[in-house]
Amino acid sequence: MYNFNYHRAGSVDEAVALMAKASDGRFLAGGHSLLPTMKQRLAQPTDLIDIGRIAALNGVKTESNAVVVGAATPHAEVNASAKAIPALMALAAKIGDPHVRHRGTIGGSIANSDPAADYPAALVGLGATVKTNKRTIAADDFFKGLFETALSDGEMVVSVSFPKPEAAAYMKFPQPASRFALVGVFVARTSGGVRVAVTGAGPSVFRVKAMEDALKAKFTPDAIKGITVPAKGLNSDIHGSAEYRAHLVNVMARRAVAAAA
Amino acid sequence: MTIAVAMKVNGKAVSGQVEARTLLVQFLRENLRLTGTHVGCDTSQCGACVVHINGKAVKSCTTLAAQADGTEVTTIEGLARDGKLHPMQEAFREHHALQCGFCTPGMVMSAIDMLRRIPRPDEATIRHELEGNICRCTGYHNIVKAIQAAAKVMGG
Amino acid sequence: MVENGIGARVRRKEDFRFLTGQGTYTDDMNRPGQAHVFLLRSPHAHARLKKIDARQALAAPGVIAVITGADLEAAGVGPLPCGWQIFNKDGTPAHEPPHPVLAVGRVRHVGDPVAAVIAETRALARDGAEKLVVDYDPLPSVTATAQAAKAGAPAVHDGAPNNVCFDWHFGDAAAVDQAFAKAAHVTTIDLYNNRLVANAIEPRAAIGEYDPAADRHTLYTASQNPHVIRLLMGAYVLKLPEAKLRVVSPDVGGGFGSKIYHYAEEALVTWAAKKVGRPVKWTADRSESFISDAQGRDHVTHAELALDKSGKFLALRVQTTANLGGYLSTFSTAIPTYLYATLLAGLYTTPAIYCGVKAVFTNTVPVDAYRGAGRPEACFVVERLVEKAAQEMGLDKTEIRRKNFVPKSAMPYQTPVALQYDSGDFITHMEAALKLADHGGAEKRRADAKKRGKLLGVGLSTYIEACGIAPSNVAGALGARAGLYESAEVRFHPTGTVTLFTGSHSHGQSHETTFAQLIAEGLGVPIENVEVVHGDTDRIAFGMGTYGSRSLPVGGSAIVKAMDKIVAKGKKIAAHMLEAAEADIEFKNGTFRVAGTDKGLSIGQIAFSAYVPHNFPLETVEPGLDETAFYDPKNFTFPNGTHICEVEVDEDTGAVQLTRFVAVDDFGRIINPMVVEGQVHGGIVQGVGQALVEDCIYDPTSGQLVTGSYMDYCMPKADLVPSFQVATNEGAPCTHNPLGVKGCGEAGTIGAGAAVINAVVDALKGFGVTHMDMPATPEKIWRAMHGKAAKAAE
Repeated sequence: MYNFNYHRAGSVDEAVALMAKASDGRFLAGGHSLLPTMKQRLAQPTDLIDIGRIAALNGVKTESNAVVVGAATPHAEVNASAKAIPALMALAAKIGDPHVRHRGTIGGSIANSDPAADYPAALVGLGATVKTNKRTIAADDFFKGLFETALSDGEMVVSVSFPKPEAAAYMKFPQPASRFALVGVFVARTSGGVRVAVTGAGPSVFRVKAMEDALKAKFTPDAIKGITVPAKGLNSDIHGSAEYRAHLVNVMARRAVAAAA
Repeated sequence: MTIAVAMKVNGKAVSGQVEARTLLVQFLRENLRLTGTHVGCDTSQCGACVVHINGKAVKSCTTLAAQADGTEVTTIEGLARDGKLHPMQEAFREHHALQCGFCTPGMVMSAIDMLRRIPRPDEATIRHELEGNICRCTGYHNIVKAIQAAAKVMGG
Repeated sequence: MVENGIGARVRRKEDFRFLTGQGTYTDDMNRPGQAHVFLLRSPHAHARLKKIDARQALAAPGVIAVITGADLEAAGVGPLPCGWQIFNKDGTPAHEPPHPVLAVGRVRHVGDPVAAVIAETRALARDGAEKLVVDYDPLPSVTATAQAAKAGAPAVHDGAPNNVCFDWHFGDAAAVDQAFAKAAHVTTIDLYNNRLVANAIEPRAAIGEYDPAADRHTLYTASQNPHVIRLLMGAYVLKLPEAKLRVVSPDVGGGFGSKIYHYAEEALVTWAAKKVGRPVKWTADRSESFISDAQGRDHVTHAELALDKSGKFLALRVQTTANLGGYLSTFSTAIPTYLYATLLAGLYTTPAIYCGVKAVFTNTVPVDAYRGAGRPEACFVVERLVEKAAQEMGLDKTEIRRKNFVPKSAMPYQTPVALQYDSGDFITHMEAALKLADHGGAEKRRADAKKRGKLLGVGLSTYIEACGIAPSNVAGALGARAGLYESAEVRFHPTGTVTLFTGSHSHGQSHETTFAQLIAEGLGVPIENVEVVHGDTDRIAFGMGTYGSRSLPVGGSAIVKAMDKIVAKGKKIAAHMLEAAEADIEFKNGTFRVAGTDKGLSIGQIAFSAYVPHNFPLETVEPGLDETAFYDPKNFTFPNGTHICEVEVDEDTGAVQLTRFVAVDDFGRIINPMVVEGQVHGGIVQGVGQALVEDCIYDPTSGQLVTGSYMDYCMPKADLVPSFQVATNEGAPCTHNPLGVKGCGEAGTIGAGAAVINAVVDALKGFGVTHMDMPATPEKIWRAMHGKAAKAAE
């Protein structure tokens, strides 16, 4: 990788101030999205601001109606502590591999908005809220496209609040080599209705309204048996054509409903 | 820029002045000459570089030396005590869980971390937990056997 | 009975250093004053290389020198040689275009090295390389095997019309035609044997060093055969005499064929070390390995099997196009010819066989031997055809094989494709495998799986391979530019300990243990008193290295011959010391004894007296106890066996889970069953990898390698496979080498691919599926189940 200036921030305010001074800075938490990109020399930030040790960003808090995960909380910690939402715990255990889960963080993952990442499905599937140093952003508004989010320059994810669902599950069909999601579907039933969020299949996480409506009427796998997403616009690569991904969305959604029900 | 890093590696205090871009694995191999930790890929997948930071397995190829500053790092060189192999190393030897030896340090470090988290894993769990380590020689068969045997010895 | 001798499950002597992080792989070494080199590689699949402007790079921090192909040409550095000459059908030689160390004038694949930047650190070398300004004129490229020879395809090399390197054939075409004319049934198959990347977990690395005082070069390199590198690099590329060149292969982290060859980086660092007056080190990143290590397989094949009405094979006709990549790698030309067509008889009595092979150049990384090398390709053709024929004719998969196996009683058996099998008992290992796999219970398991939404498939394959490469006179007659013997030196020290110097090279094969077991068995020396030395041209007389499952059959035989010489000399010494006739001296379990008496001397005492010859037959015997032998095999060895596998296919997704895998192999006599089992396990997973997940894919338009990292090239991981059941049959040992051994390194890979695909096809038989190309990915299977056309990669 190219060389850069390294700063370790002690607090959110310090991190934001350091970022403001950097000409092309990036926040570094676990580094498991950023460092691989930098190693390939595909990114050349001037400054890395290490937020990994800011206590306020670390940890899983269980509130009466929600689970709040600090931005710099590693996946392994979510897997161990997000007991109030078992589907979220289980999703965290499917990210990367054990070593990656010890370092990779939720904030780093969602700020990167990789189209095949697992967390976006949980955020959108559960209707989570992203808290930044400036504002709160609904998950539905957070993911804007391929590696694109609603975050503005210098804005930092502080935590993610996941409302507790009545029932939820995540089903993932991994891309065999990278183990990212070829297709991952998060299904949640809440008091307000049903949410179905799909990752891996498209340029960014998306919801399947037709499935949500059908599942609201009847929360069974059979209720969505005939509901498919159009292949047009879905990702297509050597690991899966758009047509195959469209098919998998239905299979994974049904399996998620079966697991959640 | 260069930065100063200091950490405990295998129980010994070490320090150095390194480029900010220095990865932990480079610091271990090049500055400390602890060449037991290997690099087998550049996309954070093969696991040959796995070490423990504060007792947890991490990929030292995807961790800056700066991020390990102030931590306790254990590498493959830090496992055997007074010439006596760690039970996991012993199990790998007993069950022929290594051939060329290149992935072995990462495998052993990962396996120890696995048993820390899951003391008595079944075969399917072991295979799943090895998702972050690639071995091209053994076909994994004997690695799985070695980890099962070590779990018994290590009293899980 | 000797402790830790032949047949014992001895734990490995090499493990302590590997388990404690004390192995010494090439990248673990650092030479005093060492500089680092980064190779700038072509980003284009095919382009004219016009101009390289190095001014900015030379001015970059830490940069010491920049080397281009023109510099090497001007210095008289030669191209990398091809070690095997193949002749066309018309008797003319194959086209062998030059393979420069650094590209000159044209680049021919993504990754073709263009310039070398030497700097104080690896990172600075890479930083400096980014400052090189290279003027390319991109050309259209061709990467697909089936497209290369078509009219209008871009020409990879001037002077190779239609990109054909050679158009070769083997076998009796007329006899095959006659047999087909009277066939009751003909089974036809078209298949693609997918390209693979060897992916030893240690990336290649090399350090060049020059000692001006001695005018001597040393190359440390992650190689499977240091002596051959010394020969090829010295004689052809750098034009250095052997005595001025030392090649060391220290601990090597796997090879699987990919570290056999003489590579550009080896010559470059050796040359550059003298040029810049400092040791020069190169270590590949994995991404670099993907575009610079020789790749494997990549055949497009049409094959036909003629049968009589009972299912007896009458003839086999095969036409293959083999992709050799952009240049000829060291043994590339031998793989799709003599290591392929000669194996097409398989285990069967097929009386007439004809094989044509057209080898083509493409804008891809060179292709050479990868574990199995030609033999997995042959096995896949034969075993897929046999399976398909059985299906078409309504024969059971075991029945068709029983009907056509060469019986044990027919050994030695001359095949119609040159090889003479010396031994083998095919029925026995197939029956043993069926039993071990509980084949009788398969239909019940199939019904159980169906209830869980899974389609169970059972696949069987049998294989035979030609190993122990090779009788030098045969290899020479077929075009090899080297002999293929092996050397061994057994050196006793005065205190009775032994150093064994072997020309074989261990990069995972456990020679330090198994070769010590041979010494323990043969000379009665405890294995802890035996040190095995390999991988250094200054220490070992000569060697042809390790590949083709040859170390034990050839290298091990050389060890036996050297031990024979030790014993012969020891008898002379013992006769003198025991005051007996030499003819009366027996040697057993480490003791020389006068036959029929209790008078004897241990080999340690003999060794001592050989070095302290106070009471010694100096008038007839020289002092010292140190013997060297070379062994040139009389024939190939023929390991063979049966693999059975069961898979479960997910009806909804097409995903395959391997649920059972059994291998029963005939490797002849077994030295260390633990080590042999390990070789089989690893080999199986490489075969399963090819069958289910591994695929090297180039973009047909840009020629870029799409699967250029572990993010896209799927390596088999622990969850791809179950635990295996493996067994061996030692009842048909090799008849022509002193140990009766056949070799075991490649077998797993050769048999597994066909077994897995046969199982997948069996699982899908309800859908009318008759063939599935490798890798059988979930999407391919899903398409097959739903009658959808296969979709090209997008």
